Amino acid sequence: MDDRVILRVGAKILIPFILIFALYVQFHGDYGPGGGFQAGVIFAAAFVLYALVFGLGNAIKVLPPKAAYFCGAFGVLLFVGVGYASMALGGEFLNYSVLAHDPTHGQHYGIIGVELGVLITVFGVMVALFYAFAGRRRLDR
Amino acid sequence: MSQNLPALLVVVPLLLAPLAALSGRAKIAWGIATAACWWTLYAAISLLLRVQESGVIRYSLGGWEPPYGIEYRIDLASAFVALIVAAIGAVTIPYAGTSIAKEVSEDRAPLFYTAWILMLAGLLGIAITGDVFNVFVFLEISSLSAYSMIALGQDRRALTSTFQYLIMGSVGATFIVIGIGLMYVMTGTLNMVDLAERLPMVESNRTIPVAFTFLTVGITLKLALFPLHLWLPNAYTYAPSAVTAFMASTSTKVSVYLLLRFFFTIFGEVFSFEQMRLNMVLMPLALIAILAISLVAIYEVNVKRMLAFSSVAQIGYMVLGISFGTVLGVTAGIIHLFNHALMKGALFMAMGCVMYRIGSVQLDKMAGLGKAMPWTMAAFVGAGLSLIGVPLTVGFVSKWYLVQAALAEGQWFVAGVVMVGSLMALIYIWKVVEVAYFQEPDPDHEIIEAPLSMLIPTWVLVIASFWFGIDATTTATVATQAAETLLGAMP
Repeated sequence: MDDRVILRVGAKILIPFILIFALYVQFHGDYGPGGGFQAGVIFAAAFVLYALVFGLGNAIKVLPPKAAYFCGAFGVLLFVGVGYASMALGGEFLNYSVLAHDPTHGQHYGIIGVELGVLITVFGVMVALFYAFAGRRRLDR
Repeated sequence: MSQNLPALLVVVPLLLAPLAALSGRAKIAWGIATAACWWTLYAAISLLLRVQESGVIRYSLGGWEPPYGIEYRIDLASAFVALIVAAIGAVTIPYAGTSIAKEVSEDRAPLFYTAWILMLAGLLGIAITGDVFNVFVFLEISSLSAYSMIALGQDRRALTSTFQYLIMGSVGATFIVIGIGLMYVMTGTLNMVDLAERLPMVESNRTIPVAFTFLTVGITLKLALFPLHLWLPNAYTYAPSAVTAFMASTSTKVSVYLLLRFFFTIFGEVFSFEQMRLNMVLMPLALIAILAISLVAIYEVNVKRMLAFSSVAQIGYMVLGISFGTVLGVTAGIIHLFNHALMKGALFMAMGCVMYRIGSVQLDKMAGLGKAMPWTMAAFVGAGLSLIGVPLTVGFVSKWYLVQAALAEGQWFVAGVVMVGSLMALIYIWKVVEVAYFQEPDPDHEIIEAPLSMLIPTWVLVIASFWFGIDATTTATVATQAAETLLGAMP
C-alpha cells in the first residue's frame, strides 16, 4: 500500500492514541466502566490496524506470533499469581485486602494486577487469532 | 494451606495450564498435566474426607461474604462428583501420554495438554461452586477446552463433529445463562443457598417456571439426554482416544450433578416434581433413551460409536433414577454416576488401545483380537460385563438400586425396561466379543499387545469396577448420604 499516503499517515497518527486510550480504559477500570478485557481488545485493535495498513509481514516483525502466544499465557499467570500472593499473605484466593498495609491500597493494587493480567491475555489472544486468520499459518512457526 | 484447599482444587490446575502452554514440549506439558491431575485427586480426596467429618465446607473467594461474593460450597454430593472427576483425570493422564503422542502432533501437544488441564479445572469448578453464574463460567471453560481437544482427533470428521458439538453446546449454555438471568431478575441473587431461600417468595410469578424450563432444556442438552444427544456420538467417536475416555467419564456426569443441584438444592423437589411435574418429562425420555438408543447401538459397526450410543442409554438410567424424585431414586442415579464413569472409562480406554495398534475401531477390523491383544480385550470384556450388569460388577449395583427404586414406587414397567436395557447391552457387547474371540485373525497383519502405560490405567478402572461391585458399601453410603443432603432429608 505504498501509494495510499493518507491511510498510512492516518494510521501512524492514530495508533499511538489508540494505545494510550487502551491504557486509559485499563486504569479507569478501577472505579468506572472499563477494565482489562476492553483495554486488551483496544490494544490489540491498534496492532490489527497496523497489520491492515502496513501488511502482515511488518506486523509480525513488530510483534512475532510467538510473543502474542506468550502474552496469552502470561496474563493468566499474572492473574492467578495475584491470587496466590493473597493466599501467601494469609487471605483467601484473590482477597486483595492483604496485599498492602491498609485494605484500600491492597484492593487497589490487587485489581490493577488482575486487570493487567486480563489485558495481556486478551491482547495476546486477539492478536494471535488475527494472525491465525490472516496468515493461515501455524502460530508456533 | 488447608483452609485454602477448596480454592486450590481449582486454581492449581489454573496456574499449571498456562505453564503447560508455555512449555513448548509435549513431554514437559504432559508432566505438568500429570501434576495437575494428581494434585486434584489428592485435594478431592481430602475434601471428601473433611466433608464427611465436619459437614459442609464454605469458602468465600476474595474474602467477600456470600451472598455478595462468589462462594465455594462443598457438600457431600459436590465432593463426590469432584472426586469422580479427579480420579478419572488421574487415571487417564498416564494413558494419554502414550496415546496422544501417537494421535496428536508434537507441536500441538502442549496446547492439547493445556486444554486438558483447563477442562479438568472447569469440571471441578462446576462441582464445588455455590454460585450459579460461576457454574456457567466453569461450564464454558470446560466445554471450550473439550471442543478444542475433540477437534485434534486424527480423522478429518473430527472437525465437523466438533462444530456440531460447538453449536449444540453453545445453545445449551445460552439456555442455561438465560435461565440464570431470569432467576437473577426475580431474586437479585446468584448464590445457590440464597436463591433457594428467595425463590419460593416469587414462585407464583411466571418468570420462575420459564427460568426452570430454560435451565432444564439447557442442562439436558449438556448431559445428552434423548432427544438432545445428537452431538454426543460423533464427538466421542472422532475425538482422540484419551479425550473420549476422559470426557465420557466426567463431563456428562458433571452435567447430571448440575441437574441434581438445580432441581433439588435451588428449586427444591416440591417445586420441581409436584408443581412443574418434572418426572412426566424426564421419565419417558429416559425410558426412550434406554430402549431406542440401545437399539441404535446394536446396529453400530464402529465400536467407539457403539459405546457412545451406549453412553446416551446409560445417561437414561441416571436420569431415570433422578426422575423418581425419591431418596432411593436419586441414590441410584448418583451411584450410577460413579459406576458408569468407571466402566465407560475402561471400555473407551480399551478401544483406545485397539486404535493405538490397528488404527481403527471398525468391528470387521477387530477379528481375532482376543488372541493378538489378550489383555486389552479381557479389559473390554470385564468392563462390558459391568455395562450389562452382571453380579459382582458395579453395573449390577447400579441396576439393583435402580430396580429397587422403581419397585418402591410400584413402577413394574420401569423395572422391566431396565432389565430389557441390560439385555440389549449384552447384545452389543457380545457382538464385539464374537468378532474378537471367535473369528480368525487376518494373517497378513502382525498385531501385538498395547503398551503397558496404556494397559495399566485401563486395568485400574476394570479392577475398580469389580472392587466397587463386590464391596459397594463405600459408594452406596456416600451416595445415600449425598441424596439425603440433596433432598433435604438430612439437616
